[in-house]
Amino acid sequence: MKTVQSAFKFHGGVHPQYNKDLAASKPIEAMPLPKQLVVSMSQHLGAPAKCLVKKGDAVAKGQLIGERNGFISANVHAPVAGTVAAVEPRMGPTGGWVDAVILDVAEDQSGAPAFMPPLDWKSASLEDLLARVNDAGICGMGGAGFPSVVKLSPPPDKHCEYLILNGAECEPYLTSDYRTMLERADRIRVGVEIMRKILSGPAVRIAVEANKPEAIDALMKAFADIEGNVELVVLPVLYPQGSEKHQIYATVKRIVPEGALPIAVGCVVENVGTVAAIADAVEKGIPLIERVTTVSGDGVAEPKNVRAPIGTRYADLVAFCGGERPGVRKVISGGPMMGFNVPHLEIATTKTTSGLLFFTSAKVFQYTSNACINCGRCVRACPMQLNPAYICSAVESNDIAAAQKMDVMDCIECGACSFGCPAYRDITQNCRRAKASIRAAAAAAKAKAATANAKK
Amino acid sequence: MLPKQTAERYILSSSPHAHADASTSRIMLDVIIALLPALGCGVYFFGLRVLLLTGTCIAASLVTEALCRLAMKRENTIGDLSAVVTGLLLALNLPPDLPVWMAALGGAFAISVAKQVFGGLGYNPFNPALAARAFLLISFTGPMTTWTESAWRGADAVTTATPLALIKKGAEGFDWSQAAILKDLFLGNVNGCIGEVSALALLIGAVYLLARKVITWHIPVSFLATVFIFAMIKGGVPPLVHVLSGGCVIGACFMATDYVTSPITARGKLIFGCGCGLLTMLIRTAPTGAYPEGVSFSILIMNGLTPLINRFTQPKPFGKVKK
Repeated sequence: MKTVQSAFKFHGGVHPQYNKDLAASKPIEAMPLPKQLVVSMSQHLGAPAKCLVKKGDAVAKGQLIGERNGFISANVHAPVAGTVAAVEPRMGPTGGWVDAVILDVAEDQSGAPAFMPPLDWKSASLEDLLARVNDAGICGMGGAGFPSVVKLSPPPDKHCEYLILNGAECEPYLTSDYRTMLERADRIRVGVEIMRKILSGPAVRIAVEANKPEAIDALMKAFADIEGNVELVVLPVLYPQGSEKHQIYATVKRIVPEGALPIAVGCVVENVGTVAAIADAVEKGIPLIERVTTVSGDGVAEPKNVRAPIGTRYADLVAFCGGERPGVRKVISGGPMMGFNVPHLEIATTKTTSGLLFFTSAKVFQYTSNACINCGRCVRACPMQLNPAYICSAVESNDIAAAQKMDVMDCIECGACSFGCPAYRDITQNCRRAKASIRAAAAAAKAKAATANAKK
Repeated sequence: MLPKQTAERYILSSSPHAHADASTSRIMLDVIIALLPALGCGVYFFGLRVLLLTGTCIAASLVTEALCRLAMKRENTIGDLSAVVTGLLLALNLPPDLPVWMAALGGAFAISVAKQVFGGLGYNPFNPALAARAFLLISFTGPMTTWTESAWRGADAVTTATPLALIKKGAEGFDWSQAAILKDLFLGNVNGCIGEVSALALLIGAVYLLARKVITWHIPVSFLATVFIFAMIKGGVPPLVHVLSGGCVIGACFMATDYVTSPITARGKLIFGCGCGLLTMLIRTAPTGAYPEGVSFSILIMNGLTPLINRFTQPKPFGKVKK
């Protein structure tokens, strides 16, 4: 495998302070099992899974407890052996309330796990491999949680020419993908070979930002003798280099049309952690029941990269990392640019919880927004080439139609506009507001049309 | 459902949770810093009276800003330093001998009529300092276009008239191609407004603003290049004389780059800069025109066209499909 420098620069982007050194040197550490897990039925993008257990049920480690419920949905499994204490709505990392299985963790974890039979990916059929990715509940672990089986089943008229491995990890503080690339490069390779087989042999591009030379070395070593068209593309350090559309441009110079998925331009993008999870699901039969989460920030005693079962409450995670330092003002689920901050620590990890950040007042900026001075920083920073300032002004005057005309629906909410705004305007938030109300209006119109049809 | 002690303990806000630590007041401070070399040259060439005029303009601007905000029952905004920038820019665009009360009136006009009646910083359609300069020029044409010898200490000067006035008069016998003239124009050894004379000092400030990423190259380069090319095509006075004379450099680097009154996209900025350069040269060279200089008016006219330019130069989204 050879390395190439990315030659294609997308418009915009910003350079936040990365602060990755807090946790970058910490090897992935498995956490002792907490007493209770909160396993959400909405771990992924799309419809929540259908819950298969009820209060009092005993479940084995790896047992299916939530069933994929729709095209864009994913299975959910019991991360450990235990007893279902309740099935009730709980607040998730993004603030929404979704049904969750409250699992009392059994003290005795020696029972046989309910894993799936191991598969030899070389001899297994494509259908079996694809079914395994589906059964194991694999979804994108980089942030959005898009079900992998959907990515790996291109529509019949589309062919995947490039499989792109997203190892950019452009969010500040986060090092879970970095540690995975360092410590599990061999598993990533197996995952790549499996995915390559499922997608009938696309070229492979591994995309890593230039600020992770050790990860690049580890991957080069693990992929040294891989056959076929495989290249490691070194991306310049730039936020949001990990954004799917922008990574596709930076690696293979293709532009995903608005509203379309990467397969529209012959690409499938998957996060490196997800690829390793696919390897484990196929070769070891382990469903996606644990993940690495970076616990960091100036408000945590010992920043760490923790391997914890899905559903671990934030309180248990931070306790394992020496607890909070005094004066924590903000807790962020994910990275500081796109993460959601949470009101308390009763919230639990999901398959997409890449980081948990604790910020004291030193890192929490509070502000009042001033008038836009038309400086154009947001226009220069916007990787989607929008005009965030004007969209923001339109939303502030409740002119959602104007925002829609300015293509607010293309906004990826990366936060680059707000990040650099000298007037501290809530640009990203207003874009979100516009998107939400446009979606709500569309849904209402659809419902109205459906009712009208039913009356006929 | 949740234990009591888990009630909201942390601040909730929307992402991003990081900021570049940029601020409006820091940008304004950068502009002030960038203008200091030009102010220093003004003091060197025209004497300490320059400081009196500058102080008057800034004080008048600040007081007017504070009073307007008070009258409008809005928060005081003198802390954003934009009024200081306006006062300073206005002073640098005045003749060194202007009576102090006129300078004060200019500062008050800039902030009240040209800025606060529109709602303050961010809402004014015209550059306040230039609007005030135009107001003073029309109201007090004499004092605003008088360049007395006493005001100017330049030793080997071209003449007591400004170079542009000479060009307008058609100083036929004058040899513009002398290297000494270009040197004087570049260093500032000529007559003119306080801050516009030394291209060198202004360019030092402009480089600082570019390095601090306060401004981009688009407007200054397109403005000055258009002036140069226009002068080259027209012939006669060497193009560099036009570029270095009058308010070209201060206008292109500090006035036309005013965020609020110039287009927001790079394409818009290029159109704006070219328009400024073209209008400047049309005013300067129009045989029927009375004004030897056109920088202020050209920028003000282009300020007026900015919303239109913005409308036609919106960015095209990444991946936009033509419908």
